[in-house]
Amino acid sequence: MGEVLLTSQLKGERLELAASGSWTAAHAGELETLVDTAATQAARAKGVSIDMGGVREFDTFGAWLLERLTRTWSSTGAIAEIVGMPPHDRNLLAEMHNVNRGPARAHARDNTIVGALAAVGKAGAELGDNLAAFAEMLGAVGAATIRVLARPQDFRLTSTVNQLDRVAWRAVPIILLITFLIGAIISQQGIFHFRRFGAELYSVDLVGILVLREISVLIVAIMVAGRSGSSYTAELGSMKMREEIDALRTMGFDPVEVLIIPRILVLVIAMPVLTFLGCLAALYGGGLVAWLYGGISPDIYLARLTEAISITHFKVGMLKAPFMGLVIGIVACAEGLRVKGSAESLGLRTTASVVQSIFLVIVLDGLFAIFFASIGM
Amino acid sequence: MAERPIIKVRDLVVGFGDQIVLDHLSLDVRRGEILGVVGASGAGKSVLLRTIIGLLPRRQGSIEVLGVDLAKVGEAERRALERRWGILFQQGALFSSLTVRENVQFPMRENLELSPRLMDEMALAKLEMVGLTPDDLNKYPAELSGGMTKRVALARALALDPEIVFLDEPTSGLDPISGGDFDELIRTLQQTLGLTVFMVTHDLESLYTACDRVAALADGKVVAEGPIEVMLECEHPWVKTYFKGKRGGLLADRQLSA
Repeated sequence: MGEVLLTSQLKGERLELAASGSWTAAHAGELETLVDTAATQAARAKGVSIDMGGVREFDTFGAWLLERLTRTWSSTGAIAEIVGMPPHDRNLLAEMHNVNRGPARAHARDNTIVGALAAVGKAGAELGDNLAAFAEMLGAVGAATIRVLARPQDFRLTSTVNQLDRVAWRAVPIILLITFLIGAIISQQGIFHFRRFGAELYSVDLVGILVLREISVLIVAIMVAGRSGSSYTAELGSMKMREEIDALRTMGFDPVEVLIIPRILVLVIAMPVLTFLGCLAALYGGGLVAWLYGGISPDIYLARLTEAISITHFKVGMLKAPFMGLVIGIVACAEGLRVKGSAESLGLRTTASVVQSIFLVIVLDGLFAIFFASIGM
Repeated sequence: MAERPIIKVRDLVVGFGDQIVLDHLSLDVRRGEILGVVGASGAGKSVLLRTIIGLLPRRQGSIEVLGVDLAKVGEAERRALERRWGILFQQGALFSSLTVRENVQFPMRENLELSPRLMDEMALAKLEMVGLTPDDLNKYPAELSGGMTKRVALARALALDPEIVFLDEPTSGLDPISGGDFDELIRTLQQTLGLTVFMVTHDLESLYTACDRVAALADGKVVAEGPIEVMLECEHPWVKTYFKGKRGGLLADRQLSA
C-alpha cells in the first residue's frame, strides 16, 4: 500500500516534517490536504526542514505539491530545506520549480443576470447571422445559376444524377409509407367524427383536399429536410473541416457551382416528384381505411373524390413543392459552409439546419396559403 | 544485468482478411529507453503500436506490458494498466470541443480525485513542461498550429505521469526545426520523468538524436534491432537503403565524423 504520510514536529522555532509513502498522482487528492495543513502550521515557525527520505514513489504531482508548499513558505519568509531526496527526484523538483510562475488565471465566471442577458443578445445576433447566411447563399446560388446557364457545359450532370438517386429514388419507400399512414389516419379520424352526423362521406372531401393542398407536401418537406437536408449539412461541413472546399477553390472551381448547385437543383426536382407520389399513397391509404373501417366502397370513394377535388387543389400542393425544396437546400448548404473546425460545431450546424428548414417550410406554407386565398385558388 | 523488459512482444501475428501484416514478430522494450520503430510505409509500424495498446486484435502471440498481458486480464486491471501509459496519436487526436486546458485535464478528471485548483495547476505545469504558455490554455484545438497540437497531445499523454509513452510519428508534419525541438523535448522529458518511450517514426533525424535503440520492421518482422551503429552495419536491403540511401547517408557521415 502506498500510504501517504507527512508528519510534523515543532522543535523550538523550527518545524520538522517527515514525508513517506507514495507522492504520486493516485494520492494527489489526500496529499493536497496534508500539504495545505502543513503550509498553515509553518506560519508560526521560523525555519522549516522537510525530510523526503521515506518517500518511495515520486512523480510530477508530488513534485508540484512539494514545490507549492515551499513557495507558500518562502512567501511568508520561512526558508525551507529539503533533505534526503534522491538526485533524479531533485531533477523533477527543479523542473517543477520553473512552472506556474505566471499570474494565476481564474476561470472567468459570469454573473448570472449578465449571462442571461448575454445569451439573449447572442441569440438575437445569431438570428441575424442566420438570415444573412440564408440571403448570401440565395444570392450565391442565383449568381452561380446564371453562370451555369451561360456555360451549360460546366453543369455537373453526373453529380446531379448521383444526388437524384440518393435524394429522390431512395426516399421513395419511406415517403410512400409515411404518407400512406397519414392518409389512413386522416380518413379514420374523419369517419369517426363525421359518423355522428351521418356524414361519413364527407371524410372523403376532408382526405382529398387536405392531402392534396397541405399534408403531403408538408410531410414530404419535413422528411426531406430531416433526411437529405441534414446529410447535405454534414457532408459539406466535414468537407469544410478537412479543407476540401478550400482545395476546390484554389484549383479554380467555385464550390457553389460544383457542390451546391447540383444538390439544390436535385431538391427542387425531387420535392414535386415525391409530393406527387406522397399524394397517391395518402389517397390510397385514405381509401383503404374508408372501405375497411367506414364501409365506403372503392367505387363510391372514387366517385366522391372526383366530385370533391379539382385540379386546383392538386396544383396548389404541387406548386409549393419546388419552393420548399429550394428553401431546404439553401438552409442546408448555408449551414454546412458555416461549420468550423470542431466536431461539436458540425453537430450544432446539422441540428440548426434541420430545425431552420422545417421552420421555414412551415412559414412558407403559411405565406402560400395567404397568397392562394387572395388569388382565389 | 537481465532486467525484465517493460514491453515484451512474442510471436505476434496480426492481419486483416487474407493479408498478414505482422508475421511472428518479437520485440523487447527495456525500461527507461527510447525505442524508435522504423519501416517502410505499410510495413506495420502503426499496426504494431495499436496492437500493443489493445486497439487491434491479434491472431497469435503474446504481448506483456508492465508484466501484464492485456488479453488475459479483466476490465478493471485493463483500465489500471491503461492509466500507466500515455499515447500521442499521429494527428494529435485532441478532443475538438474541449479547450487545451480541458484536454489535458480530461484524464485527471476521469481517473483522479483532485481539487479544481490542483487540476488547473497541474494542467498548466504539464503544458509549460512541453513548452506552451498560459496564453494557450483557453484555445480550442482548431486554433492551434501543427506543432502546438502535438505538444498539447503530448501534455495530455503525460497527464497522469505514465511510465510508458507511445508516440506515433511525433515529428511528422512538423518543420525540421520544430521536429528537432520536439525530439529534444522528448529526450528531456524522458530523463526528468524517467519515461520509457516507444516511438514509431519516419524521421531519420529523430533516430539519431532521440533514440537509444532502433528496431527496423520489414516483411512483418523485426529485421534489425539495436543502437544506430548496428543499423548502419545491417545487411538487410531495406535497412541498408534506408540508412545508407541519399538522405540517410548524409546523416550517417555526419554521425561518424562527429
